[in-house]
Amino acid sequence: MLTIEAVDLHYGDAQALSDVSLTVEEGEIVAIIGANGAGKSSLISTIAGIYRPTRGRITFEGEDITGWPSHLVCDLGIGQVAEGRQIFPSMTVRENLEMGAVIPRARKLAASTMERVFTIFPRLAERVRQDAGTLSGGEQQMLAIGRCLMGQPRLIMLDEPSLGLAPTIVQEVFRIVHQLNTDGLTVVLVEQNVVGSLKLADRAYVLENGQIAMAGSGRALLDDDRLRQAYLGL
Amino acid sequence: MRSLFEGVPARAAWGLVCVIVLLYLAPLVFGGYVLSVLILCCYLAVLGQAWNVMMGFAGQLSLGHALYIGLGAYASGALFFHFGLGPWIGLIPAFIVAGAMGALIGWLGFRFGIRGVYFALLTIAFAEFVRILFDHWGWIGGSSGMFLLVQNRNIDMDAASIANAFWTLRGPNWVFYYVILTGMVACLVTVRLLMRTRVGYYWLAIREDQEAAQAMGINVLRYKLLAVVISAMMTAFGGVFYAFYNNTLYPESIFSIDRSIELLLGVIIGGIGTLFGPILGAFALTWLGEGLSITQEWFDIAGLKLLTYGVAMLAIILFRPAGLWPWLRRLLGMEERRPDA
Repeated sequence: MLTIEAVDLHYGDAQALSDVSLTVEEGEIVAIIGANGAGKSSLISTIAGIYRPTRGRITFEGEDITGWPSHLVCDLGIGQVAEGRQIFPSMTVRENLEMGAVIPRARKLAASTMERVFTIFPRLAERVRQDAGTLSGGEQQMLAIGRCLMGQPRLIMLDEPSLGLAPTIVQEVFRIVHQLNTDGLTVVLVEQNVVGSLKLADRAYVLENGQIAMAGSGRALLDDDRLRQAYLGL
Repeated sequence: MRSLFEGVPARAAWGLVCVIVLLYLAPLVFGGYVLSVLILCCYLAVLGQAWNVMMGFAGQLSLGHALYIGLGAYASGALFFHFGLGPWIGLIPAFIVAGAMGALIGWLGFRFGIRGVYFALLTIAFAEFVRILFDHWGWIGGSSGMFLLVQNRNIDMDAASIANAFWTLRGPNWVFYYVILTGMVACLVTVRLLMRTRVGYYWLAIREDQEAAQAMGINVLRYKLLAVVISAMMTAFGGVFYAFYNNTLYPESIFSIDRSIELLLGVIIGGIGTLFGPILGAFALTWLGEGLSITQEWFDIAGLKLLTYGVAMLAIILFRPAGLWPWLRRLLGMEERRPDA
């Protein structure tokens, strides 16, 4: 569904990604793990069209989308939940969700999608009129995911959805990611929570210093000694 | 009409209508000095409203809005000076020139990812470029200025003369007052309606979190450009008015940064990102300024005005950082109901 071939990304002189290649098949959960500064967020921002790669090719369902502006990438069906729950704090929950249905294709379906979002996240339904800034961290993360769903994505990229959340909430978020995937959504999950995301993922890539250091099925990586040593201290 | 007042509490709507009616009746009671201060209030409210579209709603800081005042003023002023074309015709090239300049600056800034203060510096730089250019451009008078002929300070009170005064913007002060007051109301209505459309919501999204807006599929470049162009055009209207009301145009004064700052002070005091903040701020600041000027002369204390200005700014920033209007609105129970749910 999504193919990345030999992508380089530079911020000025600094290289953020080097020769990154990966594939995501339809219906999969693919995790991208790595330490701070490994290039995880840069990678998904590049896919989303926020940064332009200096080299390489990105294709989505056979279409070359390298260097496309973000609003066109969105329109193709790639949704992105940015790091740090970037909700609009002074808008209500409902307004936030409505804002998610920006692209014309999604706008027509907004009412029914919102119903679906409320069945996935009943907590949001209780808080429709509340300003999003007053929600708890977990609720904001759910709102961010719900807002992304409003855009009718077929592939959703989540950038550290567990960041700064209490362990029980992290569980809840991962459960929802799993449910969304079962409902047919392809998921790219960027995480520092290595164990949780590897358990959830069909396949995973490990990024180190902007390069793919390891790749394999979630289970296989969990049992890999090198990975256990580097990330789990075992 | 419905969209205009939707969600506004009845008392706020009636309050607004009353204020506007009173403002329209003001020339029957006041003349001379008071009227000229009211003109200044409305003029600054128009400019503030324009700046607020960019900063308050779309979140893009401009510190060079004098540029669009000057372009509007010179575009219409030069047409009048050289070809005798009136202000309402001059408004069209004023819109075009200011809009194009806004688009150029916006494109340069946004396309290359210049944001925040750096973008603001770019706006100052362009205002300075154009000032220097106009200082050396003979056709519009260069640094020695351009002067529009003052005519019809007193007119007959028959329909034809009044219509003529409005059409040519050559007439007594009350003609200017009605023009700028109507302009102020028109700007208010325009911005209100804009903010009810999808564009308005996109602006708010960009203001609150540009990355998130981008991730949702908003064409950020397009909507930021649109904000600058609309803001520039509204400011240019103020510029056209300035040219015909003041009749003297110097690049030195019209493009000066003081003018850019003057128009945004009112918005900060009134409340950035609110519809009535710019109006409230312009009226409050202008009357405060005038009052202080008089006091200063009366007691012969030089610098009293500037000192009080500074203290007022400090007090607002410390105690009412959101501006006077959000606080006053709550006090009067005029808060808008959130739509739906």
